[in-house]
Order: sequence, then structure tokens, then C-alpha cells
Amino acid sequence: MNLSLEKLEKITAAFSAKEQAYEKIMRVCCGTGCITSGANKVFESLSEAVGHNGLSTRILVKKTGCHGLCERGPIVMLGADEVLYQSVGKRDLAGDVELLIKTVTEKRVADKLLFRSAAKKEKYVSPLDIPFYKGQKRIVLARNGFIDPEEIDDYIAHGGYRAPFQALQMDAEEIIDWVTKAGLRGRGGGGFSTGKKWRSARAAQGSPKYVLANGDEGDPGAFMDRSLMEGNPHVILEGMIMGGYATGSNQGYIYVRDEYPLAVFRLSKAIEQARGYGILGRNVFGSGFDFDVEIYRGGGAFVCGESTALMASIEGMSGEPRDKYVHTVEKGLWEKPTNLNNVETWANVPYIINNGWEWYTSTGTKQSPGTKIFSLVGKVNNTGLIEVPMGITLREIIFELGGGIRGKREFKAVQTGGPSGGCIPAQHLDMPVDFDSLTSIGSMMGSGGMIVMDERDCMVDIARYFLKFLTEESCGRCVPCREGTRRMYEIVDRICKGEGKIEDLMHLEELGEALRWGSICGLGQSAPNPVLSTIRYFSDEYKTHIIEGRCPAGVCKELTTFTIMEEKCTGCMRCLTECPMGAIEGARKEPHRIDDLRCITCGICYDVCPFDAIKIG
Amino acid sequence: MDVDKEKLDEIILKYQRSKAHLLAIFQDVQKEYRYLPKEAVKHICLRLGIAQVDGFEVATFYKSLSLKPRGKHSIHVCLGTACHLKGGADVLLSFIRELNVKTGETTADGSFTLESVNCLGACALAPLVRVDDRDFGKTKAAHIRGILSGFTEQHER
Repeated sequence: MNLSLEKLEKITAAFSAKEQAYEKIMRVCCGTGCITSGANKVFESLSEAVGHNGLSTRILVKKTGCHGLCERGPIVMLGADEVLYQSVGKRDLAGDVELLIKTVTEKRVADKLLFRSAAKKEKYVSPLDIPFYKGQKRIVLARNGFIDPEEIDDYIAHGGYRAPFQALQMDAEEIIDWVTKAGLRGRGGGGFSTGKKWRSARAAQGSPKYVLANGDEGDPGAFMDRSLMEGNPHVILEGMIMGGYATGSNQGYIYVRDEYPLAVFRLSKAIEQARGYGILGRNVFGSGFDFDVEIYRGGGAFVCGESTALMASIEGMSGEPRDKYVHTVEKGLWEKPTNLNNVETWANVPYIINNGWEWYTSTGTKQSPGTKIFSLVGKVNNTGLIEVPMGITLREIIFELGGGIRGKREFKAVQTGGPSGGCIPAQHLDMPVDFDSLTSIGSMMGSGGMIVMDERDCMVDIARYFLKFLTEESCGRCVPCREGTRRMYEIVDRICKGEGKIEDLMHLEELGEALRWGSICGLGQSAPNPVLSTIRYFSDEYKTHIIEGRCPAGVCKELTTFTIMEEKCTGCMRCLTECPMGAIEGARKEPHRIDDLRCITCGICYDVCPFDAIKIG
Repeated sequence: MDVDKEKLDEIILKYQRSKAHLLAIFQDVQKEYRYLPKEAVKHICLRLGIAQVDGFEVATFYKSLSLKPRGKHSIHVCLGTACHLKGGADVLLSFIRELNVKTGETTADGSFTLESVNCLGACALAPLVRVDDRDFGKTKAAHIRGILSGFTEQHER
């Protein structure tokens, strides 16, 4: 069957008519975050209750992809953007489901489940009023919480697959021209011009050619690509069809992390459904152009997110990168011209074709147009997934969308760019977020992880954490990376244990330079960033570790002891009950004591004490 | 150990005997046995016409593959950045104590294999623990026994 525009409209009309027949649509977020919090059960109970109450003609309960506010999951949205309910079924599933049913039968808002700000002062009905959503500009994620990712008709009814239909009637050069003029840059972190890449791939000699989608999102603290693949897999396929057509390729591959089974499942389903409609396969949209997509699962190796390693992995070999003096657009997968883009980059393309490149450049900055999806996590109040226009400041993201720092603590740094990025201190909070400014302050955009840290996070420990990560993930092929990350780890580990020397800082900088110049791939070249950026902005903290043998944040175990200040302790027993080691003793209303021998310095007592009676020493 | 060669051939055929799908073949075999038996690697290499050294290179390169037998349930404690900040390492430590195994090892009764993983992508719910295909968010040391008992009871039943 070949789809024509007419048929797309027919599917849209039929599907919309079906949905409009319902009085209310309840969209249950079934992204990974909400599923972890119990969304599947909410979906089942809600569907059951609807049937049980004889409401199946009035209420439609629908599974959708990620709504973004993972922290407050499971999320249920009512209507278009009328009401957002949070933490549904977290404590009382049956009761909450009943409340939701009553919102329709008795037309009243379920007050108990409304979103409340962290200070519990404000309460919001519509998601559009919640600062977390208000500051966003959802273009790529726009349909994420609306459509059922396992239902292609739903996607078509929400405007899907118009872009490739239009693109296939355009000249390939013209598509590339649009993408170039839109200024789309690689969302995987590199920030290279997508249009330029496509142009080189088109010009490259050789056949067949391949287009690849990089869904090997390995940066710890990042889950944008995951939510896209799980919540709206079709938008990625759309982009790839157009990329294939523009570069002259008939075969696409999506490489997905092994850790994302739901993404693999939903993408496979989307591919199957698209094939059924003749959107993939022979003669796409009856245009004479053939294009198909296949999924490859990764094997839990971070380095496979690197383009040449990813290609080696698809070829069935171990994922080791190679030198790139020959570009992959000329000789990539199986030595053939290959165009690789990140899944978020692919997901941007349909919007450029649908709305034109002029429209696209109206968002974001001149050098970095469009939006970027970030996963905002760590010590902020509202953690989750956000899509914001490029050029927004870090301060806006953290303090407005994120609702500021959790508890009474102070902001210390924000880590962007994963193991290739760095920690950005408070003095740069007003820096606009785009590819070039983040690089200028020693970090990088990366794929979009944004991890916020407060005064209880130790910067030396963070550097050690990333080095540990990199020693484990370095593929071992080139010496600077394999040995360099290890030696750097040993030095930083020594500092964390109080055995550091002041000249260590110089050695770290020297080693960092060596890695930057000597490593084959991006993993090694950018590996020193987490260390160098923390030395650059937090050298005092390093020095306190080395000279005073103290960890001010109370994280480095060897340098930390927790003691209870008798004069402040009220004997409330809070720390005593929370201590995982049973290391705290004392009677009610009498000052408690920590037994140093049993204490593992996890700091839970410090975090839970309502009277600030615990001292870090 | 004896491997079911017919079963292996079935998996190999599913991927059209393609060398490019070596990793996927290994993953499917691992699903069958809960680990990747060395005998299976040898048989697959033979069928695909690749040298054993190349087969074992792939089998040992990817972290999701294990040549050692694994427990009935696998526990993955996430140590991504967000989980690290929120005490993932202490959660791992508690599992180590509770199960009396080191990271990467299997309990003596063969019920659990304990592993750490560098980010499962549910960072908003840090610290995260995945047991088989179920995720547990905002885990604390105090939750560990409850999580484990949910799985021990399940296979006794």
C-alpha cells in the first residue's frame, strides 16, 4: 500500500473523529521514569475503572511517551493541556483513580493530585502555568506526551509524515540547502553543521551509501534520546527518510543502547507499522525512492557512541574507534559513504521541512538556532526533561524551570557534557547555553545532560568519578587514553584519600594536555575536561584536600568524619532510624552519638537532621 | 557445558548467518542461557566462518556479555552521575553487604548477580536499581531487603 497525502488526511480525519467522540482524554505518561514510579499500574487501574463505571464511551485512557516531569511521576494529563496530575497512585492507587474518574463524572478538579511547588506554596492546574513547562519551548518534544508511541495513526493524526511526503517532491539539493540555512547543528554534542555533513555525504563517491542514527546515549546523567526514541519513534524515522533521500542512501540503521529495551521495542514497532503503510521499504510514498531502516542493539560500551566505533560495532566487531583522516562521510560503514547523526538531530529535520528554514532560525541564537533538549537532574527541585531555546541562560534553567536548589543548600556547579564536559561554577550562571559559549568556559554542550550540584558535592570526587568512568570505558586501543586516564585517576584518587601533593595539580594538567593531543578519538581527547575544569574553577577545594587533608563537602570518605554536636541535638531519633549501619546510638530526647567504627560516612544523618546538629570534620 | 546446537543454529539463521549480527546473536544466546557459554561462542564462530579469536574479542569487549554463568536474577546498581551524587555508591555497598558478594559476582545459591552500570537513563529518579527488567527509583539502603525479597519469593512460588 502506498500512502498519498490524501490517505494521510483520511487517516487523520478518522483518528481525530474517534478521539473527539470522547468527552475526556486521559494521557498516562509511560516513559521509563513514570513506569518506574508505577505508571503501568495506573494505566491498568484507570482503564479498568473506566470500564467498570460504564464510562468507556466518555473517557479514553491513553499511554503516551515522556511528559518530562519525571520527578513527580506517574504523571496523568487531562485534555489538551488542561490539567496535570502528579504522583498518581504513589500512595493510594485506588483512591487516586477514583479521584480521576470523579473529575469527569462530577466535573471537579482532583485537588490532592495537583502540582505543587517545592515550597508547597503554589499549586497549579494547567501544566502551561507550571514554571517547569512555562519556560520551555517544546518543538521536538511537542508530540511526545500526546501520542501513543505504539500507534502510527495517532502520529499521522498529529501531523506526522507530511514532511517526508513533501521532501520527496523536492530536489535533494534543495533539502540540504534548507537544512544548511536552518543552521541545524549536531545535537549529539559535536555541534557540526548537519547540512554540511549531508552535502559531503551526497558528494561522496561510492555505493551503497548509509545513514545512521546514533541512539547510543551513554553520557551518564542524560536521557533525552531515550525519551525521544520511546516517546516519539516516528519523528526519527521521518528525519532519516529525508536524510536518506537527500544524501542518496537507501538504507538506514539505528544504533540503540542495550540498556534501553523499551526504546528498541517501540522503535521496532514503529518501523513495522511504517513498513505496513509503505512509508518504509520499496517505493516510499510511491515516489520511486526505496528506503528501509534496521535496528542494531549496542552491547553496553560507552565508546560505541563515537562514530567510527559505532560503525565497527554495526559491522559485528568490537567497538574500537579508528583515526579519522578519512572522513566517515567518504568511507564509513563497510568502507562506504556514511552519514551519521544523533537521534535528536534527526528529530529536528521534519520541523525544518514542515515549517521552512526561516521559521526554524527564529528560535535560538544566530550561531545555534533551534532548541535543545536537556535532562535536568541532580540537586534541583524539578528534575526531568526540558526543551529550551538555545541561548537561554543556565540561571533560568536551574532556578526557574528547575525551581532552584533542593532544600536549604547553595548552588555550587552544574556539570554539562558528561565525561567530555566540565563543571561550570556560579560565576558563569548567566552564560547563554549554546554550543560555542559552553566550550569557551571549558565545558561543552554534549548530548544534553545537565547535572546540578550543591555544597554537599565534592568537586575532586566528581573529577575522580568521571576518571573512573573513563578508565572503565576507554577501549584500550590508544596508549594516551588507556594509560593516561588511569594515571590521572590514580592521582585524583590519592588526593581524595588525603595523600595528594601540591605538584599533583601540575601533573594532572600536563597529563591532560597529553591526552588531548595524543588520543585517537573524542573520548580520550576530551577525557581531561572534567579534571581540568574543576581545577580551573575549584582549585581551592583541591588545595584543601591536599594541604589541610579535609574534604569540605564531606564526601571523600577517608577525609570525612561525622560528629553530633551535643548542644544542638534534641534526641529526635531521626538520624538513628535512618542510619543504614545502625551506627548511631542514644535515647529519645538525649543527645545521640555516632560510633566511628561502624560509620561508613554516607552522610545520611547529616542530610536528614532537622536541627543541623551534625558536623562534617 | 553442553549447548543446544540446534537452538544456536536457529538463532544464527534468524540473523541470516550474517557476521554483522554477531553481537545480536550473542545477546540472544545470552538471553537463552543467562550467560554466553564458551562452547556457544566456538560453535557460532564455526558456523559464521570467523576465527575464534575474533569471536572471543567481541564476546569480551562488550560489557553486556558475560562468559561466566550468572544468577537467576541480575541486579544492576546505577552509578551514573546523578545516581553517584545521590548516594548510588552507598546503595551498591549495601547490596554487597546484604548479598555477601563483590560487584560482578553471583551469590552462592545462584539467585542474584550483582553488577554496577554507568547510567540507565532514569536520572530523575536517582539512585536507581534495576533487577531483571524492573526499575526501582530513589532507592535507599533501607529498601534493599524489600526489593530482594520480592524476587526470592517469586521464584520459590
